[in-house]
Amino acid sequence: MTSTLQKSAAKAPRQARKATSPTSDTTPGTAPVITLKEHIVEIISDSGEGAQKCGQSLGSIAAQMGNGIWTTEIIPAEIRPPARSVAGASGNRIRIGAGQVTNGGDETDMVVAFNEQVLLGRVRDKALKPGCTIMLESMWRFHKDDKIVASYLETYQRLVDAGYKVYEIPMEEECRKLVADARRGKNMFALGMLCHIYSLDLNLGVAQIAKTFGKKDQSVIDSNVMLLEAGHKWAAANLDFKYCIPGVRSTVPQIVVDGNTAIALGVLASGMEICAMYPITPATSVSHYLSDAFEKVGGIVHQAEDEIAACAFAIGASYAGKCSVTVTSGPGYSLKQEGIGLAVMGEIPLVVVNVQRGGPSTGQPTKVEQGDLMTAIFGSHGDAPKVVMAPSTIEDCFYSIITARKIAETFNMVVVVLSDAGLATSQNPFPRPVFKESWLAPPIDQSPIPEGGKPYDWDPTTGLARRFIPGQPGGMHTLTGLTHDRDSHVAYDAEINEQTLHSRSLKLAALQKTLKAPPVFGDAEGDLLIIGWGSTKGAIEESVEALRAEGKKVSSMHLRFLNPMPPGIKEVMQRFKKVMTIEGNWSDRPDDSIIDESNRRYSALAMLLRSRYLVDVDCWSEVKGQEIKPGTMRRVIDEKLKQLKH
Amino acid sequence: MNMMSATDCLLQMCDEQFDLEDYQSGVPRWCTGCGDNAILTAVQRLCRDEGLRPEKTVFVSGIGCSSRFPHYMKTYGFHGIHGRALPVAEGVKMSRPDLNVFVNTGDGDCCSIGAAHWIHALRYNMNITVFLHDNQIYGLTKKQASPTSPIGTKSNTTPRGSYLEALNPLTVTLGVQNVSFVAQVVDWVPEVLFDVVKAAFHHRGLSFVRIVQRCPEWLPKSLDPWLHDPQRLLFLNHEKGLQASEGLSRLYKNQIIHDPSDLSRARDIASSIDPIPVGILYRNPEVPCYEDLRNSGMLRTTAMAKSGLNAEFDKFTVWPEAEQAQAA
Repeated sequence: MTSTLQKSAAKAPRQARKATSPTSDTTPGTAPVITLKEHIVEIISDSGEGAQKCGQSLGSIAAQMGNGIWTTEIIPAEIRPPARSVAGASGNRIRIGAGQVTNGGDETDMVVAFNEQVLLGRVRDKALKPGCTIMLESMWRFHKDDKIVASYLETYQRLVDAGYKVYEIPMEEECRKLVADARRGKNMFALGMLCHIYSLDLNLGVAQIAKTFGKKDQSVIDSNVMLLEAGHKWAAANLDFKYCIPGVRSTVPQIVVDGNTAIALGVLASGMEICAMYPITPATSVSHYLSDAFEKVGGIVHQAEDEIAACAFAIGASYAGKCSVTVTSGPGYSLKQEGIGLAVMGEIPLVVVNVQRGGPSTGQPTKVEQGDLMTAIFGSHGDAPKVVMAPSTIEDCFYSIITARKIAETFNMVVVVLSDAGLATSQNPFPRPVFKESWLAPPIDQSPIPEGGKPYDWDPTTGLARRFIPGQPGGMHTLTGLTHDRDSHVAYDAEINEQTLHSRSLKLAALQKTLKAPPVFGDAEGDLLIIGWGSTKGAIEESVEALRAEGKKVSSMHLRFLNPMPPGIKEVMQRFKKVMTIEGNWSDRPDDSIIDESNRRYSALAMLLRSRYLVDVDCWSEVKGQEIKPGTMRRVIDEKLKQLKH
Repeated sequence: MNMMSATDCLLQMCDEQFDLEDYQSGVPRWCTGCGDNAILTAVQRLCRDEGLRPEKTVFVSGIGCSSRFPHYMKTYGFHGIHGRALPVAEGVKMSRPDLNVFVNTGDGDCCSIGAAHWIHALRYNMNITVFLHDNQIYGLTKKQASPTSPIGTKSNTTPRGSYLEALNPLTVTLGVQNVSFVAQVVDWVPEVLFDVVKAAFHHRGLSFVRIVQRCPEWLPKSLDPWLHDPQRLLFLNHEKGLQASEGLSRLYKNQIIHDPSDLSRARDIASSIDPIPVGILYRNPEVPCYEDLRNSGMLRTTAMAKSGLNAEFDKFTVWPEAEQAQAA
């Protein structure tokens, strides 16, 4: 195709056009079906054009077909960024696999873009694979504004020159044949196309629409179904390619939710009835979901006047007998520090969820980072031991909250759950949990306290003490954030001060004794052990598995408990020649000219492992605001393995 | 079923009569002449007269001299962190509406570091009784000007006198939407102090009582003009509010009739700094309580949790269809 042709096309009168195909070897409609192991597809638009809905639906349909999926939201920082802007891309990215999919994967194979500007943003982010297929809305070619036409043509040419396979799709035009306002509904046309392209059952798409618009007028459902079918038909008639990613339907029921919804479901399942919060990205959607669900199950989301009040409210509710949760992100987590210290000192159970984002300060509210591990463990002044755990999958987001509530109430401790922006907005199917009564909190203890009972009767071995809850006769005492003795009386005595620090610290050790050594992924010994925590698990294991398939002696281990760390870690590390963490937080680059062993700042987990186990743990980290890609990890690990050979 | 004999009944009732000692814990470490002592006495009397079960009563405080209050009550207490007594108390009340919840807070705790919570606590209007121990100075940190210190107050941070006009807690509270009970009293008229404390306790909603109190250590003379001149207290009388007793009326002759349901007049009276208005400025029992609005009244059972959770899982089950999943 030459630029002359395009220009003539631009001047051509408006008419239904066939997809302008970069390759015309096959006749549209009779394209052979190519079987793929996996594909990454994204749908992007200006915000408000429904690309996210289209992407979520595609993911859901593929999951029902038995494919492994991982969907990632593409979110602009602003609510209504200017239309057709490079930074305004809004949409969804779906990795569809024949087998299980545990992370978002590498670069994108196929993009449906509603305009060329949002696409440019993705090109700049290096999100697209070289030669990636682009399905581009062609309406801009005929726009009345010459500037838009010029921009479209220029971008189009750049993309073609860069080697992308660009198909121009008259989505707007086709939709207009069926509905008056094509802006709403174009996403379903795109969904129909994608159903054809990936050989997905169109009936599942129809069912998906009925589910999505179930509460609305039947006419809304009908018009969306019409557009879906139109897109499907159009693709069948006009596209010269078709794929199939064979799926295997799971034999056990699966649910598809994002990490924040999984956390909210975990709150419901844990028996916690009070969630106090203040709006903050990317944590807020936990409370959106809970606000609605609590109406049916019983419980409240309290939107407090600020982060500090949210923490204090949860502490008050927990103190009075109902273990509560406060959900936040970085800046809010910083504000809660004094409250967290109070809960540590008063030994009040409390669950704090920190959905990490880029930091410090306001940082990158919608971006992925694992920067809060140190502040989670060491935050709040003085020695304030608390439990820190990090879910590594969407499923784990659900179960971690149940575990967190239990630990909080068993040990009368603060349990911090570190999720992140990646898990928060990604979706991945997991087996539908089967309700267990033991998940729920026991009823509030209101039994009388035996004569002589003390509110802080610390066990000398474990540091544990029975908690007295208001309403228990004979248990009256004043809880205080001041150093206090076993009677909860303010203590000015040096001995007592040390005793209280001792007891609170012992509780962490007591918990540690109950933890199991984390399993090793791969052989139990070898050249290199990769250690990770939190949301990187899927990508780490995928890259390790790929390298192991090439015969490389690399294994990995993933930590769910960061404080206390489970037993057995050192023993595992010692069976490898080298240990390295992969993390989504800052570490100094050893090749910087002024960085050397005496000043290098290691990644958080590496620093913790080095100090605790006296093992020379190296680290590699990336802080680009997105999940670290398995392909990147694979290169990094391979490079490290090569260094070990020298 | 076990029936209780009449004697047992009587004995149990007798057992449930509480004495002042049942609410007293330790010897207060406040300075001699500190207004906090008067407040403690009035509150302990209230507890006894109302027969509040010590285990069902919680005093929540922040940080400062006043916030030591819970330590001197033989009830449950929560001596938390600076400025955050109100949100802690709100959490307590939300999870346990069966508890009697009181808050003791000082002028620094409430009107400075905790000012945001103060405004919102008024708006939530939870059924909590709040005592603002206002001595117009930071005591525990040794004499720094507080937001309620009169302009010109010499302190360690304002050696030549404080620069700003004092914040008036009454006008602030009466300006907040949903305010439902505001009263003011001085620590040196124990009879009225008790009456106000009692009226505050009986109000359903957030009762805010500002107690103008002396600080013998740091501002020993600042309230003397009011202490020595009974005319400089303005008693607010009303059949729907408080009525000064005959005995009091002989000394405190400066009295007016004020209907506590009249918000705009309450605001006028509130802005008077001299004389100090004493009594109930505003009361509106109709303002809904946040805990009532938020508590569905549903008692959450295991069966409910299970069915509710399964209903939520149904929404997200992609395969097999929800009905099949339930059967599985």
